[in-house]
Amino acid sequence: MKINARKYPASATLLPKCPTGIQGLDEITGGGLPRGRPTLVCGGAGCGKTLLAAEFLVRGAVQFDEPGVFMAFEETEEELMANVASLGFDLAGLIRRKKIFIDFVHIEPSEVQESGEYDLEGLFVRLNHAIDSIGAKRVVLDTLEALFSGLRNETILRAELRRLFRWLKDKGVSAVITAERGRESLTRHGLEEYVSDCVILLDHRVNDQIATRHLRVVKYRGALHGTNEFPFLIGGDGLSVLPITSLGLNHKVSSERIATGIPRLDAMLGGRGFFRGSSILLTGTAGTGKTIISSNFAQAAARRGERVLFFSFEESPNQIIRNMHSIGLRLEPLLKRGLLRFHSARPSLYGLEMHLATMFKEIAAFQPHVVIVDPITSLMDLGTVSEGKGMVTRLIDYLKAGQVTTLFTSLTQGGHALQQSEGGMSSLMDSWLLLQDFEGNGERNRVLYVLKARGMKHSNQIREFLISDHGIDVVDAYIGPSGVLTGSARAAQSSLEKAAVLANQQEAARLKREVERKRAAIERQISGLRSDYESESAELRRIAEQVGTSTQMLTTEQAESGRLRQADAKVAPGTRRHLHNGRRSL
Amino acid sequence: MKPKTAKRLVSARSRAKPWQLRLYVMDETPKSRTALANLKQLCESHLKGRYHITVIDLLKRPHLAKGDQILAIPTVVRRLPSPVRTIIGTLTDTANVLVGLDLRPAG
Repeated sequence: MKINARKYPASATLLPKCPTGIQGLDEITGGGLPRGRPTLVCGGAGCGKTLLAAEFLVRGAVQFDEPGVFMAFEETEEELMANVASLGFDLAGLIRRKKIFIDFVHIEPSEVQESGEYDLEGLFVRLNHAIDSIGAKRVVLDTLEALFSGLRNETILRAELRRLFRWLKDKGVSAVITAERGRESLTRHGLEEYVSDCVILLDHRVNDQIATRHLRVVKYRGALHGTNEFPFLIGGDGLSVLPITSLGLNHKVSSERIATGIPRLDAMLGGRGFFRGSSILLTGTAGTGKTIISSNFAQAAARRGERVLFFSFEESPNQIIRNMHSIGLRLEPLLKRGLLRFHSARPSLYGLEMHLATMFKEIAAFQPHVVIVDPITSLMDLGTVSEGKGMVTRLIDYLKAGQVTTLFTSLTQGGHALQQSEGGMSSLMDSWLLLQDFEGNGERNRVLYVLKARGMKHSNQIREFLISDHGIDVVDAYIGPSGVLTGSARAAQSSLEKAAVLANQQEAARLKREVERKRAAIERQISGLRSDYESESAELRRIAEQVGTSTQMLTTEQAESGRLRQADAKVAPGTRRHLHNGRRSL
Repeated sequence: MKPKTAKRLVSARSRAKPWQLRLYVMDETPKSRTALANLKQLCESHLKGRYHITVIDLLKRPHLAKGDQILAIPTVVRRLPSPVRTIIGTLTDTANVLVGLDLRPAG
């Protein structure tokens, strides 16, 4: 078998992709590395080249059933196995099951003498043998540059490398070739000139004593790809490149509303609270109650049975729980039920990107409905304004894609809690609540208002909010001649109005009593008249009866007198006859 | 190790400690033939009667490439006497080969 390069006609259709299985990388590259073509991964020492290559291979074998060959020029099989074991993969098992083949290529310049012409058929043979023995679809060459230190004849080497890349293409394997970053070029030995399909650059930078790894797809022929520098992490389960989602404004929107946990605040927001999946900014100076409102929001959500993830960058979870307890907010039952989770970290613990990465990881693991970041400004202070904004944008995009409602608190400096320090962040937010201090009358009071709320009717009123043992109470602030009245001034105004109301109420009651009394008097009169009438009509009836009786008596008397007159003529008729006669005469 | 397909070229008489040389080639190419001819000539003039040359054709025995860390073709590996020495190329530069095989000090 002679290994000769044969040219296949390039496919005119879309480049097929070979998924890496590495979190985030497939999203950036739109599905993976070019299938059947070599990809160059370059970067400085310790930036994760070998790990990326190894993960590409191992995930290919485990997740995509594509066996792979790892040709190591720098590490022995044992070293490699130990490194990959840290990703949680059983490399030895994969090798046993013929899913992975490792070939350690050792070149020791001091042991090798060159004399005359040669080629690298030996390398080709080994690679070919390795590929054929397990039916490999993926190949890693880590790193080819070791050849440059092992072989002195660069002319032959370059010619052979060119042949190697062509051979890899003809073989149809998806290959990852790692290379050391050069001072002025992408790679120290100019390997990029052989790999024209895809070049990925890894970078490990220290900024302000905080190190961050970055990944950039320098080139991807025939495919759309994110050209930005994306931070990536090497974690317990391998690499993860951020952002996990694509940066697009095409997320679904929900018209569902969720309550804030403060009824009056809901009322200010068109009566029903915030939109689900919206981003909310809560700005205020120190001590204006940002954490309290956030905790209220968290509690309300958790009580609805939603999962809430609370990122706290200033207070420890226990401190928040204790403080909220003092105003009657009990968070620990929700914590125990697993509906609420805290993630606390000092902002200076690591870089902005690392924070973002850990936040993504937490969010991906907990799958919350509501996320609270308290305060986002501590994080934004870690980088420049544009970095901070970029981070918030990515976070919001990620959360919105998952329909997660997010509440960011923002600490503003100075006495006036206005828009100054938001640095363009506000334009990313759907709703913006402002918390402010009002000083006057020898006291400091808190007010709250809705600066913006996209897509909903909202109150234009400034409301005072009170923090008591029973939580938050939002009350109307009074507008007096000298402006908004809060605190005792509001209380005074309120009591004045209460007195007036009381007086009005008393007057009304008095009027009511008066009317009642009048009605009673009239009714009394009516009943008097009625009894008068009744007594008169009774009298009338009595008279009429008297008249009737006397008439009858008169008639009887007349008849009697008549009979008595007849009786003078006929003496001694019996009593009965007398009666009979008498009746007959009637 | 005596691969079945390997050609065994033995010198006239084996001495107590014969040199074990392996020549890795890839098919019967002009380069392979040149290398073998050069090696034989060199051995005849410097190691007469106390060397074994084993020619390994990687085209037929590809799995043998890994053992001696073969990258380049042709490659001569001196298995014995130790330490192992490796010379790559067609062995046209005799001086280099002699240095490589420790038959002549470097420089």
